[in-house]
Formats: sequence, structure tokens, C-alpha cells
Amino acid sequence: MLELAIGIILGACALGAGVAMIAGIGPGIGEGSAVASACEAIGRQPECRGSVTSTMLMGCAVAETTGLYALVIAILLIFVAPNRLVDILLTAVA
Amino acid sequence: MLNEKRKFLVIDVLLIAMMVVPLVFAMVLKVLTTPESDGVNITGALIYFTIDMPFNTSLPITETQVNSWLVIISITGLCLYLTHGIKEKADTKRQLAAEWIVEKCDGLVGENMDKFFSNFAPFIAAVLGLSAFSSLMSLLGLFAPTSDINTTAGWAILVFILITYYKFKCGLPHYLKSFGEPVKLLAPINIISEFATPVSMAFRHYGNVLSGSVISVLVAAGLQGLSSMILGKIPGFLGDFPLLQIGIPAVLSIYFDVFSGCLQAYIFAMLTMMYVSDGFPAEDYEKRRNKQRKAA
Repeated sequence: MLELAIGIILGACALGAGVAMIAGIGPGIGEGSAVASACEAIGRQPECRGSVTSTMLMGCAVAETTGLYALVIAILLIFVAPNRLVDILLTAVA
Repeated sequence: MLNEKRKFLVIDVLLIAMMVVPLVFAMVLKVLTTPESDGVNITGALIYFTIDMPFNTSLPITETQVNSWLVIISITGLCLYLTHGIKEKADTKRQLAAEWIVEKCDGLVGENMDKFFSNFAPFIAAVLGLSAFSSLMSLLGLFAPTSDINTTAGWAILVFILITYYKFKCGLPHYLKSFGEPVKLLAPINIISEFATPVSMAFRHYGNVLSGSVISVLVAAGLQGLSSMILGKIPGFLGDFPLLQIGIPAVLSIYFDVFSGCLQAYIFAMLTMMYVSDGFPAEDYEKRRNKQRKAA
């Protein structure tokens, strides 16, 4: 019975990490459209290549933030949560 | 004359040692303290020892702290080396390099910040250098201090204090008024966004560096498994030899360690400049100072 409970905890943590990383879609689309616009801008005005590129990198970094929140949560679910939850379970049983 | 030249050379050698020795020391420490394990091994920073502190707390001394201090010593050595024997007229390569770095940082700060912050270049250069070199430490196989949330959170809190300090320049009433900016109803959201700034800065830098190192470890472990699957049937030495691990992880390392690390350093410095400069109410500060001057 205890093994089953631990298995459920591990499986649920892995599933949760996978589901959390669905948030990676958003930054992907956002950064793609930012880079597309930057390419258009450079094509129209090749002389402002430098400033367009640095502004684009800034925008990409800000757009990436939500994806990184999801990544941090996924990492917590994989590396931190299982040990904690199993400890809680074992103390509750004992 | 000869004596002076020799002195110069000796100091040069000492400064180069100051750059290199900390990194070698970190590698030796890593080799000596890493517990033996096989396969995928993703852990946080190793705790070397803990110091008991008052009020029933303890201060763990981890790989992160040790490595960041070693990076700081190494960067100090680099700066001292570049500016050693500096003259009014540049005639050595290292002085040209040092001048180039200073000019670039001055230009970056001048472009992105208010005129009021023209003395901010050293701080921004320090943030850039420390962040970039901390991330680049993983090129040597060491634990990058930036892949620990405590490091980046510390920097983000420093930036938050700076932002708040410059917002306070116009006095407390002005600071409190800035929370009810468009409408007074939005004050709670403004307060949340005030605290979201350091959190997002810390998580952005940490997440980027950490995800790179996690993916590198996974790919290296996968390649080891793959090569043992392919070559495992060959008896003897060749069977255990991880042939696929040669070279292929280096390609990933160029992206994750070099490109991503330097980009995140640049972004952290840019965001610092933008937040500090945007938070500072330049016009109101000018008005206030003029008023004070008139009163005096």
C-alpha cells in the first residue's frame, strides 16, 4: 500500500512537471513574432540593425519570463517535491 | 632601469596568477569533494560545511559562495592586470583593451540611462562582468554560481533597493503617490508589480542558466548510454569508452554556456539600467531642486 502511495506521488509530480511546461508554448510564439518583426524592420532599414537587435533581445528576454516561471515550477516538482512529499507521507504513516 | 623592468614583470606574473589560481583551486576543490556517482546526477550546490549562527540558525557555506568569491578574485586580478602600468597615452595592448571596455560601458550607460546616472557605469560594468564570468565558469566544468537562485536573488534584491532609493529621491509623499499612478484603484496591482520586478529578474537569470546546465547533463548522460549500447559488445577497453561523448556536448556548451550566459548578463545589466532609470522621476527631481535653490 505504501509503495502504491509513493508511486502515485512520483507519477503525479512528473505529470505535473510535464503539464507545467505547456507554458513553453507562449514564449515560443511570442519570441517568434518578435524576431519576425525585427527581421522586417532590419529589412526595411538595414542601418539600424544594431539597435533593433539589442531591443529584440531585450523583448525576447521579457517574453521568456513566463516560460521560465513554468520551468522553475517543473524543476521544483521534479527535484524537490517528491522527496518532501514522501517524507511527509512516511512521517504520517509512522 | 633593469631592476624596474624586472619588478614590473614580477607583478605581472603575480596578477596572472591571481587570475588563474582561483579557477584551478575551484577545479581541485570540485574534484576532491564531488561524491562518486554514475549516470545522471543533477544536484544543487554542494554544502562544504555549516557555521552555527546566533538565534538558532546556521550558515551553510556552499559551492555557490566559494565559487562566486573565486570569480570575484579572478575578475579583480584581470582588472588589475589590464590597468597595470597604465599611461596617459595608450601604447600597450592591455591598456587599449581596458580603455575599450570602459568606453563601451560608458556608452551603454549613456545610451540607456538618464543624464543623472552618468556615474553608474562602474556598477553596470561590475554586474555585467560578474554575471558573465559566473556563467562562463560552467565551461570549466565547475558549478556556475548563477545556476543557484540565491545568487541571482541577491543581485535582484540589490537592484530593487537601488530602484527604491532613486524613487525616494523626491521624498516620501511623491513615492507613495506614484503607486496610484493612472487611477488610485490600481494601487494593489502597482504594489504587486513593484515586487514582481526583482522576482522576475532573479528567476529569468537563474532559469536560463540552470536549464542550460540540466540539458547539458541530460545530453551527456544520454550519449554515454548510447555509446555503451553501440560499442558495448566490443570486449575490453573500447567497450567502456564513451566515444559519442567526445565533441558533441561541446556544441551545446557553446550555446548554453557561452551565448546564453553572456546574453543573460547583458539582459540583467540592461534591465537594471532601465528599471533604475525609469523609476527615477527626473523632471520632478529637477523641479524640486530648483525650488530648493530658490528658497535658499
